[in-house]
Amino acid sequence: MGAGHDSGGLAARYVPGTGPVHRLEPHLKLVAVLGFALVVVATPVHAGWAPAAYLGFLVLLLVVARIAGVGPGRLGRGLTVEIPFVLFAVLLVFVSRGPRTEVLGLSVSQSGLAVGGGLLAKATLSVLAATLLAATTEPRALLRGLERLRLPQVLVQILMFMIRYADVVGGELRRMRVARESRGFRARHLGALRVLGPAAGSLFIRSYERGERVHLAMLSRGYTGRLPTGPVAPVGARSWTTALSLPLAAGAVLLTGSLVG
Amino acid sequence: MHVPDGFLDPTTSAATAAVAAAGVALALRGARRELDERTAPMAGLTAAFVFAVQMMNFPVAAGTSGHLIGGALTAILVGPWTAVLCMTVVLLVQAVVFADGGLTALGTNVTLMALVAVAVGYAVFRVLVVLLPRTRVGLLVAAGVGAFLSVPVAALAFVGLFSLGGVADVALGTVAATMGGVHLLIGLGEAAISVAVLSAVLTVRPDLVRGARHLQRDVVLAPRPPAAHPVPVADAS
Repeated sequence: MGAGHDSGGLAARYVPGTGPVHRLEPHLKLVAVLGFALVVVATPVHAGWAPAAYLGFLVLLLVVARIAGVGPGRLGRGLTVEIPFVLFAVLLVFVSRGPRTEVLGLSVSQSGLAVGGGLLAKATLSVLAATLLAATTEPRALLRGLERLRLPQVLVQILMFMIRYADVVGGELRRMRVARESRGFRARHLGALRVLGPAAGSLFIRSYERGERVHLAMLSRGYTGRLPTGPVAPVGARSWTTALSLPLAAGAVLLTGSLVG
Repeated sequence: MHVPDGFLDPTTSAATAAVAAAGVALALRGARRELDERTAPMAGLTAAFVFAVQMMNFPVAAGTSGHLIGGALTAILVGPWTAVLCMTVVLLVQAVVFADGGLTALGTNVTLMALVAVAVGYAVFRVLVVLLPRTRVGLLVAAGVGAFLSVPVAALAFVGLFSLGGVADVALGTVAATMGGVHLLIGLGEAAISVAVLSAVLTVRPDLVRGARHLQRDVVLAPRPPAAHPVPVADAS
Protein backbone atom coordinates (compact mmCIF):
# COMPACT_ATOMS: atom_id res chain seq x y z
CA MET A 1 0.00 0.00 0.00
CA GLY A 2 1.40 3.35 -0.98
CA ALA A 3 1.29 6.38 1.18
CA GLY A 4 -2.23 7.79 1.11
CA HIS A 5 -2.77 10.66 -1.22
CA ASP A 6 -3.92 13.78 0.50
CA SER A 7 -7.43 14.72 -0.38
CA GLY A 8 -6.60 17.82 -2.39
CA GLY A 9 -7.92 16.30 -5.60
CA LEU A 10 -6.11 15.95 -8.88
CA ALA A 11 -5.61 19.61 -9.65
CA ALA A 12 -3.92 20.26 -6.30
CA ARG A 13 -0.63 19.04 -7.75
CA TYR A 14 -0.60 21.78 -10.36
CA VAL A 15 1.24 25.02 -9.66
CA PRO A 16 -0.14 27.73 -11.97
CA GLY A 17 2.40 29.60 -14.00
CA THR A 18 3.28 30.95 -17.42
CA GLY A 19 6.99 30.13 -17.61
CA PRO A 20 8.67 28.31 -20.50
CA VAL A 21 8.23 24.93 -18.79
CA HIS A 22 4.51 25.54 -18.35
CA ARG A 23 4.10 26.56 -21.99
CA LEU A 24 5.87 23.52 -23.41
CA GLU A 25 3.58 20.98 -25.14
CA PRO A 26 2.48 18.29 -22.67
CA HIS A 27 3.52 15.31 -24.79
CA LEU A 28 7.02 16.72 -25.15
CA LYS A 29 7.25 17.07 -21.39
CA LEU A 30 6.14 13.45 -20.98
CA VAL A 31 8.81 12.32 -23.44
CA ALA A 32 11.41 14.44 -21.65
CA VAL A 33 10.59 13.07 -18.20
CA LEU A 34 10.49 9.51 -19.52
CA GLY A 35 13.85 10.02 -21.22
CA PHE A 36 15.32 11.48 -18.06
CA ALA A 37 14.02 8.53 -16.02
CA LEU A 38 15.54 6.10 -18.54
CA VAL A 39 18.94 7.77 -18.24
CA VAL A 40 18.71 7.68 -14.43
CA VAL A 41 17.72 4.00 -14.49
CA ALA A 42 20.59 3.19 -16.88
CA THR A 43 23.20 4.55 -14.44
CA PRO A 44 25.10 1.55 -13.03
CA VAL A 45 24.62 1.32 -9.25
CA HIS A 46 27.96 -0.27 -8.49
CA ALA A 47 30.13 2.26 -10.36
CA GLY A 48 32.29 4.47 -8.15
CA TRP A 49 31.20 7.61 -10.00
CA ALA A 50 27.49 6.92 -9.60
CA PRO A 51 27.02 9.29 -6.61
CA ALA A 52 28.57 12.12 -8.64
CA ALA A 53 26.20 11.35 -11.51
CA TYR A 54 23.21 11.40 -9.14
CA LEU A 55 24.38 14.78 -7.91
CA GLY A 56 24.61 15.99 -11.52
CA PHE A 57 21.06 14.78 -12.26
CA LEU A 58 19.83 16.51 -9.12
CA VAL A 59 21.44 19.79 -10.20
CA LEU A 60 19.75 19.50 -13.62
CA LEU A 61 16.35 18.98 -11.98
CA LEU A 62 16.86 21.90 -9.62
CA VAL A 63 17.72 24.13 -12.58
CA VAL A 64 14.51 23.08 -14.34
CA ALA A 65 12.55 23.63 -11.11
CA ARG A 66 14.04 27.10 -10.82
CA ILE A 67 13.09 27.98 -14.42
CA ALA A 68 9.60 26.54 -13.88
CA GLY A 69 9.14 28.45 -10.64
CA VAL A 70 8.42 25.33 -8.57
CA GLY A 71 9.55 25.87 -5.01
CA PRO A 72 11.50 23.41 -2.85
CA GLY A 73 8.49 22.90 -0.56
CA ARG A 74 6.41 21.63 -3.46
CA LEU A 75 9.23 19.30 -4.55
CA GLY A 76 9.67 18.01 -1.00
CA ARG A 77 5.97 17.25 -0.62
CA GLY A 78 6.14 15.24 -3.84
CA LEU A 79 8.68 12.95 -2.20
CA THR A 80 6.24 11.59 0.40
CA VAL A 81 5.04 8.94 -2.06
CA GLU A 82 8.43 7.31 -1.69
CA ILE A 83 8.13 6.35 1.97
CA PRO A 84 7.22 2.65 1.51
CA PHE A 85 10.24 2.15 -0.72
CA VAL A 86 12.55 3.79 1.76
CA LEU A 87 11.54 0.93 4.05
CA PHE A 88 12.30 -1.59 1.30
CA ALA A 89 15.72 -0.02 0.67
CA VAL A 90 16.45 -0.22 4.40
CA LEU A 91 15.51 -3.89 4.29
CA LEU A 92 18.00 -4.41 1.42
CA VAL A 93 20.80 -3.04 3.54
CA PHE A 94 20.25 -5.81 6.06
CA VAL A 95 19.53 -8.79 3.83
CA SER A 96 22.10 -8.29 1.05
CA ARG A 97 24.91 -10.82 0.86
CA GLY A 98 28.61 -10.02 0.73
CA PRO A 99 31.08 -8.48 3.19
CA ARG A 100 29.51 -6.94 6.26
CA THR A 101 30.37 -3.70 7.89
CA GLU A 102 29.34 -1.95 11.08
CA VAL A 103 27.15 1.13 10.99
CA LEU A 104 25.98 2.56 14.31
CA GLY A 105 26.65 -0.81 15.95
CA LEU A 106 24.52 -2.75 13.44
CA SER A 107 25.93 -5.34 11.08
CA VAL A 108 24.97 -4.35 7.54
CA SER A 109 26.02 -5.50 4.10
CA GLN A 110 28.45 -3.27 2.22
CA SER A 111 26.98 -3.97 -1.21
CA GLY A 112 23.51 -3.65 0.27
CA LEU A 113 24.42 -0.21 1.53
CA ALA A 114 25.64 0.84 -1.93
CA VAL A 115 22.71 -0.71 -3.78
CA GLY A 116 20.06 0.44 -1.32
CA GLY A 117 21.45 3.95 -1.43
CA GLY A 118 21.67 3.87 -5.23
CA LEU A 119 18.10 2.65 -5.64
CA LEU A 120 16.87 5.29 -3.25
CA ALA A 121 18.77 7.99 -5.17
CA LYS A 122 17.33 6.81 -8.51
CA ALA A 123 13.80 6.62 -7.14
CA THR A 124 14.13 10.08 -5.59
CA LEU A 125 15.40 11.62 -8.84
CA SER A 126 12.59 10.10 -10.90
CA VAL A 127 9.97 11.15 -8.36
CA LEU A 128 11.34 14.68 -8.45
CA ALA A 129 11.19 14.73 -12.27
CA ALA A 130 7.62 13.44 -12.28
CA THR A 131 6.69 15.97 -9.57
CA LEU A 132 8.00 18.73 -11.81
CA LEU A 133 5.91 17.37 -14.68
CA ALA A 134 2.75 17.32 -12.56
CA ALA A 135 3.46 20.74 -11.09
CA THR A 136 3.81 22.38 -14.50
CA THR A 137 1.10 20.50 -16.43
CA GLU A 138 -2.61 20.38 -15.76
CA PRO A 139 -4.13 16.87 -15.55
CA ARG A 140 -6.21 17.56 -18.66
CA ALA A 141 -3.12 18.68 -20.57
CA LEU A 142 -1.32 15.52 -19.47
CA LEU A 143 -4.22 13.57 -20.92
CA ARG A 144 -3.89 15.40 -24.24
CA GLY A 145 -0.19 14.57 -24.15
CA LEU A 146 -0.88 10.88 -23.60
CA GLU A 147 -3.37 10.99 -26.47
CA ARG A 148 -0.77 12.47 -28.79
CA LEU A 149 1.62 9.72 -27.72
CA ARG A 150 -0.87 7.25 -29.26
CA LEU A 151 -2.42 5.78 -26.14
CA PRO A 152 -5.40 3.63 -27.30
CA GLN A 153 -8.53 5.74 -27.84
CA VAL A 154 -10.70 3.78 -25.36
CA LEU A 155 -8.07 4.10 -22.65
CA VAL A 156 -7.86 7.84 -23.31
CA GLN A 157 -11.63 8.13 -22.91
CA ILE A 158 -11.64 6.12 -19.68
CA LEU A 159 -8.85 8.35 -18.39
CA MET A 160 -10.78 11.43 -19.43
CA PHE A 161 -13.88 10.35 -17.50
CA MET A 162 -11.77 9.42 -14.53
CA ILE A 163 -9.94 12.75 -14.45
CA ARG A 164 -13.17 14.70 -14.87
CA TYR A 165 -15.05 12.81 -12.18
CA ALA A 166 -12.27 12.02 -9.70
CA ASP A 167 -12.86 15.34 -7.96
CA VAL A 168 -16.66 14.83 -8.01
CA VAL A 169 -16.39 11.36 -6.46
CA GLY A 170 -13.68 12.59 -4.08
CA GLY A 171 -15.93 15.46 -3.06
CA GLU A 172 -18.72 13.04 -2.27
CA LEU A 173 -16.30 11.07 -0.11
CA ARG A 174 -15.30 14.26 1.68
CA ARG A 175 -18.92 15.24 2.35
CA MET A 176 -19.60 11.79 3.80
CA ARG A 177 -16.59 12.18 6.07
CA VAL A 178 -17.75 15.59 7.24
CA ALA A 179 -21.21 14.14 7.92
CA ARG A 180 -19.73 11.22 9.88
CA GLU A 181 -17.41 13.36 11.93
CA SER A 182 -20.02 15.97 12.73
CA ARG A 183 -22.00 13.13 14.31
CA GLY A 184 -19.08 12.31 16.58
CA PHE A 185 -17.59 9.43 14.59
CA ARG A 186 -13.89 8.81 15.00
CA ALA A 187 -12.21 5.81 13.39
CA ARG A 188 -10.25 4.24 16.20
CA HIS A 189 -10.19 0.49 15.65
CA LEU A 190 -11.35 -2.22 13.28
CA GLY A 191 -14.93 -1.87 14.48
CA ALA A 192 -15.08 1.33 12.44
CA LEU A 193 -15.33 -0.88 9.35
CA ARG A 194 -19.01 -1.29 10.15
CA VAL A 195 -19.39 2.41 9.40
CA LEU A 196 -16.69 2.92 6.77
CA GLY A 197 -17.57 -0.20 4.75
CA PRO A 198 -21.11 0.94 3.96
CA ALA A 199 -19.76 4.44 3.27
CA ALA A 200 -17.39 3.08 0.63
CA GLY A 201 -20.17 0.81 -0.64
CA SER A 202 -22.56 3.67 -1.12
CA LEU A 203 -19.76 5.62 -2.77
CA PHE A 204 -19.49 2.80 -5.32
CA ILE A 205 -23.24 2.75 -5.91
CA ARG A 206 -23.32 6.51 -6.38
CA SER A 207 -20.33 6.43 -8.74
CA TYR A 208 -21.82 3.60 -10.80
CA GLU A 209 -25.22 5.23 -11.05
CA ARG A 210 -23.58 8.52 -11.93
CA GLY A 211 -21.74 6.70 -14.71
CA GLU A 212 -25.05 5.42 -16.07
CA ARG A 213 -26.60 8.89 -15.94
CA VAL A 214 -23.56 10.44 -17.63
CA HIS A 215 -23.70 7.82 -20.34
CA LEU A 216 -27.39 8.40 -21.01
CA ALA A 217 -26.87 12.16 -21.04
CA MET A 218 -24.07 11.75 -23.55
CA LEU A 219 -26.14 9.41 -25.73
CA SER A 220 -28.89 12.00 -25.86
CA ARG A 221 -26.30 14.50 -27.09
CA GLY A 222 -25.18 12.25 -29.90
CA TYR A 223 -22.32 10.26 -28.36
CA THR A 224 -21.31 7.42 -30.67
CA GLY A 225 -18.46 5.91 -28.72
CA ARG A 226 -15.74 8.26 -29.83
CA LEU A 227 -15.00 11.83 -28.97
CA PRO A 228 -14.18 14.43 -31.59
CA THR A 229 -10.78 16.00 -31.14
CA GLY A 230 -9.61 19.19 -32.72
CA PRO A 231 -6.76 19.34 -35.21
CA VAL A 232 -3.37 18.80 -33.61
CA ALA A 233 -1.05 21.76 -33.72
CA PRO A 234 2.33 21.03 -35.29
CA VAL A 235 5.27 21.17 -32.90
CA GLY A 236 8.21 23.33 -33.82
CA ALA A 237 11.82 22.19 -33.66
CA ARG A 238 12.41 24.79 -30.95
CA SER A 239 9.98 23.06 -28.58
CA TRP A 240 11.64 19.72 -29.25
CA THR A 241 15.09 21.10 -28.45
CA THR A 242 13.80 22.77 -25.27
CA ALA A 243 12.08 19.60 -24.11
CA LEU A 244 14.90 17.25 -25.00
CA SER A 245 17.55 19.41 -23.34
CA LEU A 246 16.79 17.75 -19.96
CA PRO A 247 17.27 14.09 -21.01
CA LEU A 248 20.16 15.03 -23.30
CA ALA A 249 21.94 16.88 -20.50
CA ALA A 250 21.34 13.89 -18.23
CA GLY A 251 22.75 11.63 -20.95
CA ALA A 252 25.82 13.87 -21.14
CA VAL A 253 26.30 13.51 -17.37
CA LEU A 254 26.04 9.73 -17.71
CA LEU A 255 28.51 9.66 -20.62
CA THR A 256 31.00 11.87 -18.80
CA GLY A 257 30.75 9.63 -15.77
CA SER A 258 31.41 6.44 -17.70
CA LEU A 259 34.33 7.99 -19.63
CA VAL A 260 36.03 9.67 -16.67
CA GLY A 261 35.15 7.16 -13.98
CA MET B 1 3.06 0.16 -2.79
CA HIS B 2 4.20 1.26 -6.20
CA VAL B 3 7.51 0.22 -7.73
CA PRO B 4 9.58 3.35 -8.44
CA ASP B 5 12.07 3.81 -11.26
CA GLY B 6 15.34 1.96 -11.05
CA PHE B 7 14.35 -0.97 -8.85
CA LEU B 8 14.41 -3.42 -11.73
CA ASP B 9 16.87 -3.53 -14.60
CA PRO B 10 15.77 -2.15 -18.01
CA THR B 11 15.28 -5.63 -19.54
CA THR B 12 12.84 -6.71 -16.84
CA SER B 13 11.05 -3.37 -16.99
CA ALA B 14 10.68 -3.69 -20.78
CA ALA B 15 9.45 -7.28 -20.46
CA THR B 16 6.82 -6.36 -17.85
CA ALA B 17 5.80 -3.40 -20.00
CA ALA B 18 5.16 -5.80 -22.90
CA VAL B 19 3.16 -8.11 -20.61
CA ALA B 20 1.18 -5.14 -19.31
CA ALA B 21 0.45 -3.85 -22.84
CA ALA B 22 -0.76 -7.29 -23.94
CA GLY B 23 -2.90 -7.65 -20.81
CA VAL B 24 -4.47 -4.22 -21.22
CA ALA B 25 -5.18 -4.90 -24.92
CA LEU B 26 -6.98 -8.12 -23.94
CA ALA B 27 -8.86 -6.26 -21.21
CA LEU B 28 -9.98 -3.58 -23.67
CA ARG B 29 -11.52 -6.32 -25.77
CA GLY B 30 -13.01 -8.16 -22.78
CA ALA B 31 -14.47 -5.02 -21.20
CA ARG B 32 -16.47 -4.39 -24.34
CA ARG B 33 -18.25 -7.68 -23.61
CA GLU B 34 -18.88 -6.66 -20.01
CA LEU B 35 -20.01 -3.10 -20.69
CA ASP B 36 -20.59 -2.87 -24.49
CA GLU B 37 -20.69 0.74 -25.64
CA ARG B 38 -20.86 2.00 -22.07
CA THR B 39 -17.19 1.01 -21.55
CA ALA B 40 -15.69 4.49 -21.35
CA PRO B 41 -18.11 6.24 -18.96
CA MET B 42 -18.67 3.24 -16.69
CA ALA B 43 -15.02 2.20 -16.46
CA GLY B 44 -14.04 5.84 -16.00
CA LEU B 45 -16.43 6.37 -13.11
CA THR B 46 -15.43 3.06 -11.52
CA ALA B 47 -11.79 4.14 -11.82
CA ALA B 48 -12.70 7.42 -10.12
CA PHE B 49 -14.30 5.34 -7.33
CA VAL B 50 -11.18 3.18 -6.94
CA PHE B 51 -9.06 6.31 -6.88
CA ALA B 52 -11.25 7.97 -4.25
CA VAL B 53 -11.55 4.91 -2.05
CA GLN B 54 -7.77 4.55 -2.03
CA MET B 55 -7.70 7.95 -0.31
CA MET B 56 -10.00 6.67 2.45
CA ASN B 57 -8.04 5.56 5.49
CA PHE B 58 -9.31 2.62 7.49
CA PRO B 59 -8.00 2.13 11.03
CA VAL B 60 -6.16 -1.19 11.37
CA ALA B 61 -4.68 -1.49 14.83
CA ALA B 62 -2.81 0.58 17.38
CA GLY B 63 -3.09 3.86 15.53
CA THR B 64 -1.97 2.55 12.15
CA SER B 65 -4.25 2.81 9.18
CA GLY B 66 -4.36 1.31 5.74
CA HIS B 67 -6.25 1.85 2.55
CA LEU B 68 -7.84 -0.40 0.02
CA ILE B 69 -5.94 -1.39 -3.12
CA GLY B 70 -9.13 -2.64 -4.61
CA GLY B 71 -8.13 -5.01 -7.41
CA ALA B 72 -10.13 -8.00 -6.19
CA LEU B 73 -13.07 -5.89 -4.97
CA THR B 74 -13.38 -4.07 -8.31
CA ALA B 75 -13.20 -7.36 -10.21
CA ILE B 76 -16.06 -8.79 -8.15
CA LEU B 77 -18.12 -5.60 -8.48
CA VAL B 78 -17.75 -4.83 -12.20
CA GLY B 79 -16.05 -7.86 -13.73
CA PRO B 80 -12.36 -8.71 -14.18
CA TRP B 81 -11.73 -7.02 -17.55
CA THR B 82 -13.18 -3.69 -16.50
CA ALA B 83 -11.28 -4.01 -13.23
CA VAL B 84 -8.00 -4.40 -15.13
CA LEU B 85 -8.77 -1.23 -17.07
CA CYS B 86 -9.75 0.70 -13.94
CA MET B 87 -6.64 -0.32 -12.05
CA THR B 88 -4.45 0.49 -15.08
CA VAL B 89 -5.96 3.95 -15.40
CA VAL B 90 -5.59 4.61 -11.67
CA LEU B 91 -1.94 3.54 -11.79
CA LEU B 92 -1.32 5.72 -14.85
CA VAL B 93 -2.82 8.77 -13.14
CA GLN B 94 -0.88 8.08 -9.96
CA ALA B 95 2.33 7.85 -12.00
CA VAL B 96 1.91 11.02 -14.07
CA VAL B 97 -0.03 13.23 -11.66
CA PHE B 98 1.22 12.06 -8.26
CA ALA B 99 4.69 10.74 -9.19
CA ASP B 100 3.65 7.58 -7.32
CA GLY B 101 5.34 4.73 -9.18
CA GLY B 102 7.97 5.45 -11.80
CA LEU B 103 7.21 6.09 -15.45
CA THR B 104 9.66 3.43 -16.59
CA ALA B 105 8.21 1.09 -13.93
CA LEU B 106 4.63 1.66 -15.08
CA GLY B 107 4.59 -1.67 -16.92
CA THR B 108 5.77 -3.45 -13.78
CA ASN B 109 3.15 -1.75 -11.63
CA VAL B 110 0.37 -2.53 -14.10
CA THR B 111 1.50 -6.15 -14.33
CA LEU B 112 1.59 -6.57 -10.55
CA MET B 113 -1.40 -4.56 -9.36
CA ALA B 114 -3.72 -4.58 -12.35
CA LEU B 115 -3.02 -7.99 -13.89
CA VAL B 116 -1.69 -10.29 -11.14
CA ALA B 117 -3.77 -8.92 -8.26
CA VAL B 118 -7.01 -8.85 -10.27
CA ALA B 119 -6.41 -12.26 -11.86
CA VAL B 120 -5.52 -13.97 -8.57
CA GLY B 121 -8.28 -12.29 -6.60
CA TYR B 122 -10.94 -13.04 -9.19
CA ALA B 123 -9.79 -16.61 -9.91
CA VAL B 124 -9.78 -17.53 -6.21
CA PHE B 125 -13.19 -15.89 -5.84
CA ARG B 126 -14.69 -17.84 -8.77
CA VAL B 127 -13.29 -21.18 -7.56
CA LEU B 128 -14.57 -20.62 -4.02
CA VAL B 129 -17.97 -19.46 -5.24
CA VAL B 130 -18.36 -22.82 -6.98
CA LEU B 131 -17.13 -24.76 -3.95
CA LEU B 132 -18.89 -22.90 -1.15
CA PRO B 133 -22.64 -22.93 -0.53
CA ARG B 134 -24.54 -20.58 -2.80
CA THR B 135 -25.42 -18.07 -0.12
CA ARG B 136 -24.54 -14.52 0.74
CA VAL B 137 -22.09 -15.69 3.42
CA GLY B 138 -20.42 -18.07 0.97
CA LEU B 139 -20.02 -15.24 -1.51
CA LEU B 140 -18.53 -12.91 1.08
CA VAL B 141 -16.09 -15.60 2.28
CA ALA B 142 -15.01 -16.23 -1.31
CA ALA B 143 -14.52 -12.49 -1.88
CA GLY B 144 -12.58 -12.12 1.37
CA VAL B 145 -10.21 -14.99 0.58
CA GLY B 146 -9.72 -13.70 -2.97
CA ALA B 147 -8.93 -10.18 -1.76
CA PHE B 148 -6.67 -11.56 0.97
CA LEU B 149 -4.61 -13.74 -1.38
CA SER B 150 -4.36 -11.12 -4.15
CA VAL B 151 -2.06 -8.93 -2.02
CA PRO B 152 0.67 -11.40 -0.91
CA VAL B 153 0.67 -13.08 -4.34
CA ALA B 154 1.28 -9.71 -6.03
CA ALA B 155 4.04 -9.02 -3.49
CA LEU B 156 5.63 -12.40 -4.18
CA ALA B 157 5.39 -11.70 -7.93
CA PHE B 158 7.35 -8.53 -7.24
CA VAL B 159 9.95 -10.55 -5.33
CA GLY B 160 10.15 -12.92 -8.31
CA LEU B 161 10.72 -10.00 -10.67
CA PHE B 162 13.27 -8.59 -8.26
CA SER B 163 15.19 -11.89 -8.30
CA LEU B 164 15.16 -11.84 -12.12
CA GLY B 165 15.94 -8.21 -12.72
CA GLY B 166 16.83 -6.70 -9.38
CA VAL B 167 20.14 -4.94 -9.11
CA ALA B 168 20.89 -6.06 -5.56
CA ASP B 169 22.48 -9.35 -4.54
CA VAL B 170 20.15 -10.40 -1.77
CA ALA B 171 19.22 -13.51 0.12
CA LEU B 172 16.03 -14.10 -1.81
CA GLY B 173 14.42 -16.20 0.89
CA THR B 174 14.69 -13.40 3.41
CA VAL B 175 13.20 -10.83 1.04
CA ALA B 176 10.39 -13.19 0.08
CA ALA B 177 9.66 -13.97 3.74
CA THR B 178 9.66 -10.31 4.77
CA MET B 179 7.63 -9.05 1.82
CA GLY B 180 5.25 -12.01 2.07
CA GLY B 181 4.84 -11.53 5.81
CA VAL B 182 4.17 -7.81 5.62
CA HIS B 183 1.74 -8.28 2.76
CA LEU B 184 -0.11 -11.08 4.54
CA LEU B 185 -1.00 -8.46 7.13
CA ILE B 186 -1.92 -5.91 4.46
CA GLY B 187 -3.96 -8.65 2.76
CA LEU B 188 -5.95 -9.18 5.96
CA GLY B 189 -6.84 -5.49 5.93
CA GLU B 190 -7.69 -5.66 2.23
CA ALA B 191 -9.97 -8.65 2.88
CA ALA B 192 -11.75 -6.95 5.78
CA ILE B 193 -12.38 -3.74 3.83
CA SER B 194 -13.43 -5.58 0.66
CA VAL B 195 -15.93 -7.74 2.56
CA ALA B 196 -17.34 -4.72 4.38
CA VAL B 197 -17.81 -2.77 1.14
CA LEU B 198 -19.18 -5.76 -0.74
CA SER B 199 -21.70 -6.66 1.94
CA ALA B 200 -22.91 -3.06 2.00
CA VAL B 201 -23.42 -3.04 -1.78
CA LEU B 202 -25.10 -6.46 -1.63
CA THR B 203 -27.58 -5.13 0.89
CA VAL B 204 -28.56 -2.05 -1.09
CA ARG B 205 -28.08 -2.88 -4.76
CA PRO B 206 -27.32 -6.62 -5.19
CA ASP B 207 -27.89 -6.24 -8.93
CA LEU B 208 -24.75 -4.08 -9.21
CA VAL B 209 -22.47 -6.86 -7.95
CA ARG B 210 -21.40 -8.74 -11.06
CA GLY B 211 -19.85 -11.57 -9.06
CA ALA B 212 -23.19 -12.20 -7.31
CA ARG B 213 -25.32 -12.72 -10.39
CA HIS B 214 -25.83 -16.40 -9.50
CA LEU B 215 -27.49 -15.37 -6.23
CA GLN B 216 -30.14 -13.31 -7.95
CA ARG B 217 -33.50 -14.88 -8.33
CA ASP B 218 -35.97 -13.88 -10.94
CA VAL B 219 -38.51 -11.52 -9.54
CA VAL B 220 -41.67 -13.46 -8.75
CA LEU B 221 -44.56 -11.33 -9.80
CA ALA B 222 -47.75 -11.60 -7.82
CA PRO B 223 -50.38 -13.45 -9.80
CA ARG B 224 -52.80 -11.22 -11.59
CA PRO B 225 -55.99 -10.91 -9.55
CA PRO B 226 -59.04 -12.40 -11.22
CA ALA B 227 -60.84 -9.87 -13.31
CA ALA B 228 -63.59 -8.19 -11.42
CA HIS B 229 -67.06 -9.09 -12.51
CA PRO B 230 -68.38 -6.48 -14.86
CA VAL B 231 -70.70 -4.29 -12.94
CA PRO B 232 -74.02 -4.07 -14.69
CA VAL B 233 -74.60 -0.47 -15.57
CA ALA B 234 -77.85 0.69 -14.17
CA ASP B 235 -80.09 2.16 -16.74
CA ALA B 236 -80.50 5.80 -15.87
CA SER B 237 -83.65 6.31 -17.70
